[in-house]
Amino acid sequence: MLSKSAARTFFLVGTAACGLAFVLLTLDTFQKIPDQTREAELTEAAIRGKHLFEASNCMGCHTILGEGAYYAPELTRVYERRGPEFIAAMLRDPESMYPGQRRMQQYDFTEEEIADLVAFLQWVGGMDLNGFPPTPPLASAAGTTPEATVADGRPAVFNQMCVACHAVGGRGGSVGPSLDGIATRFDRDYFARWLADPDAVRPGTTMPKLPLSDEHISQLSDYLATLQN
Amino acid sequence: MKYESQRIAYWFFATCMLLFGLQIVYGFIMGFAHAGMDGLHDLIPFHTARATHTNLLVMWNLAGFMGAAYYIIPEESERELYWPMLAKVQLVALVVVGVTAIVGFHVGWFEGRKFLEIPRPLDFLVVVDVLLFIANIAMTIWKGKRITTTSSVLFFGLLMAALLYLPGMIPTDNQTEDSYWRWWVVHLWVEGVWELIMGGILAFLLIKLTGIDREIIEKWLYVIVGLTFLSGILGTGHHYYYIGTPRYWLWIGGIFSALEPLAFLGMAIYGITMAKKGGRKHPNRTALAWTVGTCVMSFVGAGFLGFAHTIPQVNMYTHGTLVTAMHGHMAFWGAYAMLVLAIISYTMPLLTGRKLYDTPSATFAFWTSNIGMIAMTLAFAVAGVTQVVLERRMGMEFLAVQTEIEVHFWGLILAASLFTLGVIAFLYNFIRHGLPKGEVQGGRPAEDDEPEDEVALETAPGAAE
Repeated sequence: MLSKSAARTFFLVGTAACGLAFVLLTLDTFQKIPDQTREAELTEAAIRGKHLFEASNCMGCHTILGEGAYYAPELTRVYERRGPEFIAAMLRDPESMYPGQRRMQQYDFTEEEIADLVAFLQWVGGMDLNGFPPTPPLASAAGTTPEATVADGRPAVFNQMCVACHAVGGRGGSVGPSLDGIATRFDRDYFARWLADPDAVRPGTTMPKLPLSDEHISQLSDYLATLQN
Repeated sequence: MKYESQRIAYWFFATCMLLFGLQIVYGFIMGFAHAGMDGLHDLIPFHTARATHTNLLVMWNLAGFMGAAYYIIPEESERELYWPMLAKVQLVALVVVGVTAIVGFHVGWFEGRKFLEIPRPLDFLVVVDVLLFIANIAMTIWKGKRITTTSSVLFFGLLMAALLYLPGMIPTDNQTEDSYWRWWVVHLWVEGVWELIMGGILAFLLIKLTGIDREIIEKWLYVIVGLTFLSGILGTGHHYYYIGTPRYWLWIGGIFSALEPLAFLGMAIYGITMAKKGGRKHPNRTALAWTVGTCVMSFVGAGFLGFAHTIPQVNMYTHGTLVTAMHGHMAFWGAYAMLVLAIISYTMPLLTGRKLYDTPSATFAFWTSNIGMIAMTLAFAVAGVTQVVLERRMGMEFLAVQTEIEVHFWGLILAASLFTLGVIAFLYNFIRHGLPKGEVQGGRPAEDDEPEDEVALETAPGAAE
């Protein structure tokens, strides 16, 4: 039967061996992190953004690299998903971007701080994360892949900003109404005026004025006018 | 209680109870916010509640470990604490740092790294405070009459916990390196050295409560902490799958994490076997219930539920979802909260001299809190799995998914209410015991003391092989 001293030896040898292996792997990992995370592209602004991200306790609601809290969206690929203009607008006034929804704290960031945070999120978005976050494997079965609907002439900006709140063909947010068949109710000219300043068209609307260029508005109006059904 | 200075443990335990109560309040704030009622948003935004909830947990668990050490170490070393005054100073310092941190969270003073939200200047104070504690314990063991395996394992665990706080303070600009070091603290604490502390406290409780020979209990203690480190150190790899670290961590983390439940299974079998084979019926059945309970619930929460989502292929989809909250709640409750409640249940009658062992309210506290926690875990599981399927597998928008799972948070709130009832009963028992005015039995054998080793060998031969 196992003696106490044999048990002690098992504990000491096992712990020492695993501890040593862990230290060696850590050394190797730190050799590889700069390449895998594109550390060369880590700008001063992104570094300031990282520290601001921490001081604002963003991880207290959001996850980044899948780490944090589960109250607000994953931010690892948010730069690609929503684009810098949407993120900046969100950071300026979160509640206007998702009216009547779960609220984010109004931090009153300066424009410079917003640019730093965007730079940080852009850098994080370029990391090689061994396949995380995964592409939803059942999305095509549910008819909701972005690729499936991009083919219909949808502008890129639509997939970044509009789908945050509106759905087309079942794909997109549920904050605002679905846009299916919207062209049967309004024309292209209305879309252009509406997107330029929603509140001027219908005072009191909860739809925010989005940071859209004239070109974006033109592209989006063309696209919306095709949504007959 | 054998030594005057063991009394200090009471004040650490009282601190535990206070912080635990407060932790639950912040849990409810978050539960309601998830269910769509964020009325406190402007006063206590979710991230403040979250940082407060988790840091209170860490703080009350640490206070519990310190109290346990101040009770156990004099008894194991057979002498008074080396610096009884220092223990009091150190408790006050801990409370001051804790209160400053919590108030800081409410006015936006953060370091904002998950679980390590305490700002840097306070980190240094925590380290100083813990080093004072370690020094006190070390001197007591060193100058004591005997050095037991139980006290060395407990000491080694506490020392390593203090040292492993340091990697979390390494400054870095790279988010991946930041995360890498953060897990050195968080993972190597809860799935490493805290388990040594757990093992030490558990061994002490089993020796006292079951009357089984110390040699047998301590032998298996080595085996269990050996398994813990064998799996737990490289098991840190399950945090390094998807954060910008090399792909080999998928293999290493996956394999060693799969071994982690073994250590917890060992602990569960150990606790149950010792309790069954114990020759002596200790009158404090409540303490034994919590002791065996912590062995079983830590296996289910930390071992089994942890394993369920550390498989890399599963973790790809569950990483960063409410599935983590499901595992986290039962793991912490089972492994550490119940352990602290076990040592409190064992020591209170001795510290206060009031032998309220087996009262209906104590039984109610045990069962209600545990059933409540199991129900909470189920609510988190349903919410988490639904989130994984809708968001990660089908690609629905985050907020749309959150609306879908709101109903499960009402379930969570119901379960948490049941849990809270149990905790209130525990608090009621704690208060009913009164202040630590128990008699010091000094050199005389305490009435529930372990039998002398020669006797034990005769009365419990091979009680648990």
